[in-house]
Amino acid sequence: MRRPKKYESGEATQYISRRAALRKLQLSLNDFRRLCILKGVYPREPKHRRRAQKGSSEIKILYHTKDIRFLLHEPIVWTLRDYKIFAKKSGRDRAIKDFRNLKRRLALFPEIKLDHIVKERYPTFIDALKDLDDCLTLLFLFSTFPSLHLIPREQSNLCRRLTIEFLHYVIASKSLRKVFISIKGYYFQAEIKGQKINWIVPHYYPFKPQSRQEVDFKVMSIFVEFYTIMLGFTNFRLYHGLNLAYPPQFPSGVLQDNDETLKDESSFVSERIAALNFELLRTDKLQEDEEEPDIDMELLEQDGDSKRIIKMKQDAQEITRLRTLFKGLKFFINREVPREPLVIIIRSFGGKVSWDSTVFSGSTYDEGDESITHQIVDRPSLATQYISRDYIQPQWIFDCVNQRQLLPTNQYFIGEKLPPHLSPFVDAKRDTYIPPEERALHDPSLIETHAQSDDESEEETAAQEEEEDAVEQELLDAQLQRAYQEETAEYKKYGGADGVNEDEEDSDDEQLYEDEDESDDDEEEELDEKAQRLLEEKQKMSVQSGKVHKVNKRQVHKAEVDEHRLQARMVKPRHRNLFRKLIREKQSKEKEEWLLRKKRRNIDTDAKEQKKTAKRDARKAAAAAAAAAAQLGAK
Amino acid sequence: MAKKSAIKRKVKAPESINEQASVSEQSENEEDEDLLQAVKDPGEDTTDDEGIDQEYQSDTSDDLLFESDEEGNYLGRKEASSGEDEQGEEDDNDDEEEEDEDEEESGSSDDDAKDDQPSGSKATLSKTTGDSSNIAVAIPPRRDPSKPEYENSDTSDEEDIRNTVGNIPMHWYDEYKHIGYDWDAKKIIKPPKGDQIDDFLRKIEDPDFWRTVKDPQTGQEVLLTDEDIALIKRVNSARIPNPEHNEYEPWIEWFSSQVEKMPIKNVPDHKRSFLPSVSEKKKVSRMVHALKMGWMKTTEEVERDKQQKRGPKFYMLWETDTGREHIRRIHDPVSAPKRDLPGHAESYNPPPEYLFDAKEMKEWLKYKDEPHKRKLHFMPQKFKSLREVPAYSRFLRERFLRCLDLYLCPRAKRVKLNIDAEYLIPKLPSPRDLQPFPTVESLVYRGHTDLVRSVSVEPKGEYIVSGSDDKTVKIWEIATGRCIRTIETNDVVRCVAWCPNAKLSIIAVATGTRLLLINPKVGDKLLVKKTDDLLAEAPSSDVIESERIKTAVQWSNAEPEEQEKGVRVVITHFKPIRQVTWHGRGDYLATVMPEGANRSALIHQLSKRRSQIPFSKSKGLIQCVLFHPVKPCFFVATQHNIRIYDLVKQELIKKLLTNSKWISGMSIHPKGDNLLVSTYDKKMLWFDLDLSTKPYQTMRLHRNAVRSIAFHLRYPLFASGSDDQAVIVSHGMVYNDLLQNPLIVPLKKLQTHEKRDEFGVLDVNWHPVQPWIFSTGADCTIRLYT
Repeated sequence: MRRPKKYESGEATQYISRRAALRKLQLSLNDFRRLCILKGVYPREPKHRRRAQKGSSEIKILYHTKDIRFLLHEPIVWTLRDYKIFAKKSGRDRAIKDFRNLKRRLALFPEIKLDHIVKERYPTFIDALKDLDDCLTLLFLFSTFPSLHLIPREQSNLCRRLTIEFLHYVIASKSLRKVFISIKGYYFQAEIKGQKINWIVPHYYPFKPQSRQEVDFKVMSIFVEFYTIMLGFTNFRLYHGLNLAYPPQFPSGVLQDNDETLKDESSFVSERIAALNFELLRTDKLQEDEEEPDIDMELLEQDGDSKRIIKMKQDAQEITRLRTLFKGLKFFINREVPREPLVIIIRSFGGKVSWDSTVFSGSTYDEGDESITHQIVDRPSLATQYISRDYIQPQWIFDCVNQRQLLPTNQYFIGEKLPPHLSPFVDAKRDTYIPPEERALHDPSLIETHAQSDDESEEETAAQEEEEDAVEQELLDAQLQRAYQEETAEYKKYGGADGVNEDEEDSDDEQLYEDEDESDDDEEEELDEKAQRLLEEKQKMSVQSGKVHKVNKRQVHKAEVDEHRLQARMVKPRHRNLFRKLIREKQSKEKEEWLLRKKRRNIDTDAKEQKKTAKRDARKAAAAAAAAAAQLGAK
Repeated sequence: MAKKSAIKRKVKAPESINEQASVSEQSENEEDEDLLQAVKDPGEDTTDDEGIDQEYQSDTSDDLLFESDEEGNYLGRKEASSGEDEQGEEDDNDDEEEEDEDEEESGSSDDDAKDDQPSGSKATLSKTTGDSSNIAVAIPPRRDPSKPEYENSDTSDEEDIRNTVGNIPMHWYDEYKHIGYDWDAKKIIKPPKGDQIDDFLRKIEDPDFWRTVKDPQTGQEVLLTDEDIALIKRVNSARIPNPEHNEYEPWIEWFSSQVEKMPIKNVPDHKRSFLPSVSEKKKVSRMVHALKMGWMKTTEEVERDKQQKRGPKFYMLWETDTGREHIRRIHDPVSAPKRDLPGHAESYNPPPEYLFDAKEMKEWLKYKDEPHKRKLHFMPQKFKSLREVPAYSRFLRERFLRCLDLYLCPRAKRVKLNIDAEYLIPKLPSPRDLQPFPTVESLVYRGHTDLVRSVSVEPKGEYIVSGSDDKTVKIWEIATGRCIRTIETNDVVRCVAWCPNAKLSIIAVATGTRLLLINPKVGDKLLVKKTDDLLAEAPSSDVIESERIKTAVQWSNAEPEEQEKGVRVVITHFKPIRQVTWHGRGDYLATVMPEGANRSALIHQLSKRRSQIPFSKSKGLIQCVLFHPVKPCFFVATQHNIRIYDLVKQELIKKLLTNSKWISGMSIHPKGDNLLVSTYDKKMLWFDLDLSTKPYQTMRLHRNAVRSIAFHLRYPLFASGSDDQAVIVSHGMVYNDLLQNPLIVPLKKLQTHEKRDEFGVLDVNWHPVQPWIFSTGADCTIRLYT
């Protein structure tokens, strides 16, 4: 038997470099790239690069030989070759101005068929759902694009159509779970068939001309080419799952037939569909509320209550509550507020929504409607306001969804300084830094206790200041008396006013975490101990009553740390590097956390200081005014 | 002018009569014009045949006409034509030429003024009544617009032709007297041709000779008028023959976008334009039928079909959610990891602590060129309201990078270790359960003035001895820290060792090249006395020592002054001694002289005052040696390895591989099965002698070179001293059960020594009974930890 030579078997034959792959497939690099993107073939990282590259150690792009062999049998390779032939022949026709032939050829343009590739890349529907993240984000981006050299108008139109269809599904199935406004765009998370699907909708006008080095639209366009097909099939199946007619249509009753609609029906309908504000046509006639979750619950109840099941039950309940979060509420979106993201959210949680009819077609009621409960505004003030509704900023909607409950609106009123918008995607039980706002959300009790302590502290400070201001007190009293009388008079005149107590709430939030300051007072303790020791030495001569031995926390801690360090040195040599890496990571994380905490503390103290000075200034001003008033009175 | 015409008349008299007769009915004007045509037409007719001739001749005629502008040029013309053979011929030719030219002219002028005056300007050629009025006609009259265009005649059939021979080359008649036939079929006789002299005379006499041409058809001579000549001149200079014609007339836009009331052309429409086409009707009906039958489609329908065909078609691709159809797939698919979800920092309105402060901002800017080093890939920003949030400028780029990742990033399945660092620390019992062990520094023995190299404890545990670089040996009482005795030596004390035999009180001190055996004179008086007695004199021996040993070692009793200090025996070596160590029973002691080559390790027997050199060959630079506590074995540590020799059989038992750069010291477990080795490369090695020649465990507890290591005799403890000023006490339990591995737990790090010139702790030694440890340091102190 012949002895095999080096690199004739094993890893060297498992991998093939890109250049070799090109030669084997007889494709140009561009075609190969296109093929790889469409077929989802990617380079592999070999276990031993040197061996896989037949001894050379430079880093090459390696593909699995089997993948390349798999590409060899792909029918679209022939279409790619046909493209080349097409380009050659049509170019010739154009050159010799044989336009009759050219027209005939253009009609015979070799179309690429990707249906089988979708099936092959995603053998089950769930697989397709799992891979929907990138697809949706890219299509949402492309749906905003103008017509470009490399991106035909049709492609971006198709993207727009498919994404709107998907949003309709999300609304109809009420599968939206989490939403988040980031500086990059709106993050949405939907749960479809148990898969969590995240996508980003960019803020308005994301397109900006890009240099060739920065962004190659050609590559993205190829991705979009595949993703549109994939999303189309996914939408088809999703719609059928809900018994909706797939190319989305409206039931006949929804749209009034007037001249305008009849004139250009297709564009009218597509516009209305893009408005996302109407129910779609169902293929089954009966339209009832889904009862699936209830059935699930019953099944769970039979199983008894282990911890997991209890948790699942809670989740299910929460989700049912979330689905009807905005039920019965009527929203109106002001002109300046981004319409689409808000419409998706409101409609998928059962609310009714409309907007100014000049902004976009499909509005159902106008601003004057008295039954509107919330108007979403994003401007500092509004000229005409209705008493019957809350004027809130858009963040309220997002925060409500993330909290899965209707939050009090007073923090989100028009012109109000908004509380921080927190990400719903971070794990609540993580061991890194948790900002106080988030902690308050998980444990509402925290707010109250701290509010109380805060009040106390305020009282104390007030007491201190009382002494200082003792002289002015009488004047102040007189002033206050007068002010109070005026105020009551006004009150009688205008009726009750609301929203006075916001200042207090603000202060609550800001003074949440004082105890952190107190936790770092080891040094003080040590100082105390030294003093004690000195005292002891002084009084050594006389007999003293026994003292309780106080453990020096710091020393104990240091001893523990030392001990731990020594033990850490016993890590096995083969784990040592890993251990070091882990420790380094942990340390950096801790440092990060510490830094954030420190920053927060500084910010809080600054804010407190400012408030105090402001208060003092206000008081002084009031005193001065009172004095002036008294003088006037004397005259 | 009148004269000319007269001559003309005279010449052509006979013909004119005929002519008058034939066309008498016609009016004068018409007659003129007809005549003109008559003259012109034969020329036109002949153009077919004579065209070539004409062209050929035109060269000479060119000459003629150019030169004929002035009278003198006539001679020139003659010269030009004189090149030909026969004068007569030449004349003929000349005449012909002139005639041809005329014809040309008439033709060309005809062409120019075809629209206006088909009758041409040949009125001048009229031989009859033309006169001055005829001359006036030569200037083409503007057509009267009121008159129809084709009023006179629009055919050439009615031209006045006198010679009926037709369009033939006239030279056929050269040999005949006549030149053709007139309408009455009578011969037209050639006019009499004068001889050359006549011609010449005429040339001389007749001033109009140069403008006389011969009509080839009739043979008559014709006199060219001034107008004709002017015309010829204009033609020859490639100008428009009609001098009245204005080339630069204002442009009249006949065919403008404005619809005129009247048609521009007066031509009546053709009949076709009034009747529907039958063939077209057939075509249309065929198309209508095709449309009805659906064989043909309107462009609109075609467009719509194309539109529909263009978009992708979607159908139910997956029958069920999880059903899997077996299709060939990509090999071993690895799905791309999803992107991280955003944290609070990415919010448009994050909590204030997530925003960058000045320092972080500076760092952010610092890594502008290496963005991967940044903490975050974006800069957190805070906006007061959603209205103010702009589009993210790097959004496109990020999506593009993601696309690149998806198709260009190599993928592999890797097991990611998601473990806590604590998990990697081996599970060891807590030090609290392994007490007692020294935890605090309780005493410091001060008194040495230079670094203390070595310390040794009395077997009973009451005193310690220390040797220092200040050339002294000090004996201390442990409990009080009092220095009992200071023994000065001549050289730096490298090593001290208290004899482990409790029945003797001897300290071996290695100072320079000498090994001193000192009686410390502490403790039991009897014991001191006994030791003194024992060391008083050398036992007599009959063994003759070899030369090799003699040159290396000399035994001698101490000098009297040294006796005072307590020194009893002095063993002088040939090289400086590095280390001295006792055998467990206190009879043997071994010394190490690193520079001694193959005699660097020596074994001395105290009772016989005899020395041995166990090795004949040097196996390397010997660092230290050690006696086995139970067996007759001898451990020799060279720089890299440790060799174990059987002293009885005199052979190598084992070689331990330390895999370290430089061994500093070693210590053996009291049971003799485990060996600890300290090295200068920060490591401590635990050898299980029964198990393997490789270390059972390597410990890197110290941060710097480990200088010494020691096992406790009773407790399962060992300690190590290092240049990092730390003494680390560890638990080293050896079980009787052979299957159970020794347990090693680091217990306590004692770090009270001060650093001096890179040195920290130089030596450690345990108290024989208590769990106390003594350490000597470069800071001239000895410290006791309990």
